[in-house]
Amino acid sequence: MTRAGWRDAVRRFGYGGVAFIFAGCAFWALVLIVLPALLMLDQAFRPFLARTEWGGPKDVYTVKNLVTAVGEPLNQVIFLKTIWASVLVTAVALVNAYPLSFILARGKRAAWVGAIMVGLLIPFWVNEILRAFAWQLLLARFGPINNLLIAAGILTEPYPFLNQDVGVILGLTYAYILFMIFPLYNAMESLDPNQLDAARDLGAPAWRIHWDIVIPHSKPGIASGCIVTFMLAAGSFAVPQILGGTRSLWVTQLIYNQFDAINWNLGAAYGVALVVLCLAFVLTMMAAFRVRLGDIAR
Amino acid sequence: MTASPARLQQAIVVTYLVVFFVYMFLPLAYMMGVAFNDTRIPTLNPWRGFTLRWFVVMWEDDRMWQSVGKSVVIALWVIALSVPLGLAGALFMSRLQVAAKPFVYAVLVSPVLTPGIIIGLSTLIFWDSTFDIGGRWQLSVLGQSSFISAYCMLLFMARLQRFDPTLEEAALDLGATPVQVFRTITVPYMRPAILSAVALSFFQSFENYNTTVFTIGNDLTFTMFIVGKVRKGVQPDTNALAFVLVVLTIVGGVVYEVVRRREVRRAEARARAAMRAGEAAMIPLAVAR
Repeated sequence: MTRAGWRDAVRRFGYGGVAFIFAGCAFWALVLIVLPALLMLDQAFRPFLARTEWGGPKDVYTVKNLVTAVGEPLNQVIFLKTIWASVLVTAVALVNAYPLSFILARGKRAAWVGAIMVGLLIPFWVNEILRAFAWQLLLARFGPINNLLIAAGILTEPYPFLNQDVGVILGLTYAYILFMIFPLYNAMESLDPNQLDAARDLGAPAWRIHWDIVIPHSKPGIASGCIVTFMLAAGSFAVPQILGGTRSLWVTQLIYNQFDAINWNLGAAYGVALVVLCLAFVLTMMAAFRVRLGDIAR
Repeated sequence: MTASPARLQQAIVVTYLVVFFVYMFLPLAYMMGVAFNDTRIPTLNPWRGFTLRWFVVMWEDDRMWQSVGKSVVIALWVIALSVPLGLAGALFMSRLQVAAKPFVYAVLVSPVLTPGIIIGLSTLIFWDSTFDIGGRWQLSVLGQSSFISAYCMLLFMARLQRFDPTLEEAALDLGATPVQVFRTITVPYMRPAILSAVALSFFQSFENYNTTVFTIGNDLTFTMFIVGKVRKGVQPDTNALAFVLVVLTIVGGVVYEVVRRREVRRAEARARAAMRAGEAAMIPLAVAR
């Protein structure tokens, strides 16, 4: 910070104000964010030891935890499953949210748009645990979905949705699809309707209008919707816990199981692997859509 | 009679909206309906008659009320920590001439995108291995605040963006102290954002599960209580609880929307009144010229 900057800051906020701003930011950034992250990274590369052995001869840096986390075939399956299932959830959410957001954005300020937005906000505000619970009831062994499928002759006996990946994926889609709609709607709302009318009058087919006008215009919204939905799905814990079983484990459950077994070092290694994978996805999306962090965190 | 393309398109749009709304609301409606079925298994089929007894069972559970109390305490502390931190962050980002802004911004908003369980685990590891402070509700406050402060900061930044800094400049030039400026100009202008931040912090904290479950130790929050019940999933008293929570959500949401819209209308009316006053003040000048 330049000397003039300091003088200006002190003139505006007083010494107390400047101290509050800097102390607040420093406490938040260091004590709540950076140091915990560094300590987790540190623990991921240390062996699992009793507290009395900390700092002793056995306490040396090792990649053993990370090798276990991403090397064991069973863990690899779970990591890959978490990634592809989260991509699937994101894709399904995008495909369904796109037309809905477009319809709402085209409706502009009509009264019915306001009513629908409030209607969408309500399930959005309902805790995700309750939304997962609702699907647990629907997908139960003798629940309505199994009953319907049997009555329709599609199944002869109940399908155990709740111990399979499909139950978790259905629940995640239901829980996070609204996180796709709002960023898309916000991006599409600023679209100039004259542009669409002009394209239509000049004879452009609907797919052309979307491909050349709507999608490029709403790119920041699409990117942030996809990133947020993917991160929520990949980092989801309560939904797989409620809708899954031992045969549909999620990476977050691997982390929790190690935390439960007090092997925090291995848990931290799983956590580091998950963060690295998520970061890779986010950076890829940001590069592909050419958006900045500021466009997403809003 | 053949439908015109426009009619057909409209029919498709309406169908799509209806299907989407059924998809969004039917699961919730089913879950709420089960609360009234006089059966021990949470299902609507078979329907064994209307009952309110599950609401009584739910209401008389002492563990639930204890967990609600714990969640409220945590949420109040999160408000006390996150709103000032968010304000400090927002003032830093929008008011100071600092070189490292993009970097600081990236650090401060990173918890928003970090999975909650990673925040929980890293908070626990940090306090446990550095200070030998194990899981307890105070750690949940710290863990939750790391990302709730970022929500507050984003709210404040959005409000500060539309703020006219010359107002503060004028007050300072006229001899006001920074504290007076803050109290009489900044805080009143930020009031709606501060109220939103308080409400948002409370609900984000109250409904948090992922970060809390790692940091809480032996305590039990309301959300953890619900997850415990849902995972055991034996009796419709969980549905009675869900019914109450969804109704509270709807009431709270509608009240919030109504208040927010009235605030917006009032702000617009104030702006119009100020403009008229400004125009009125201009008239003598125009005449004098």
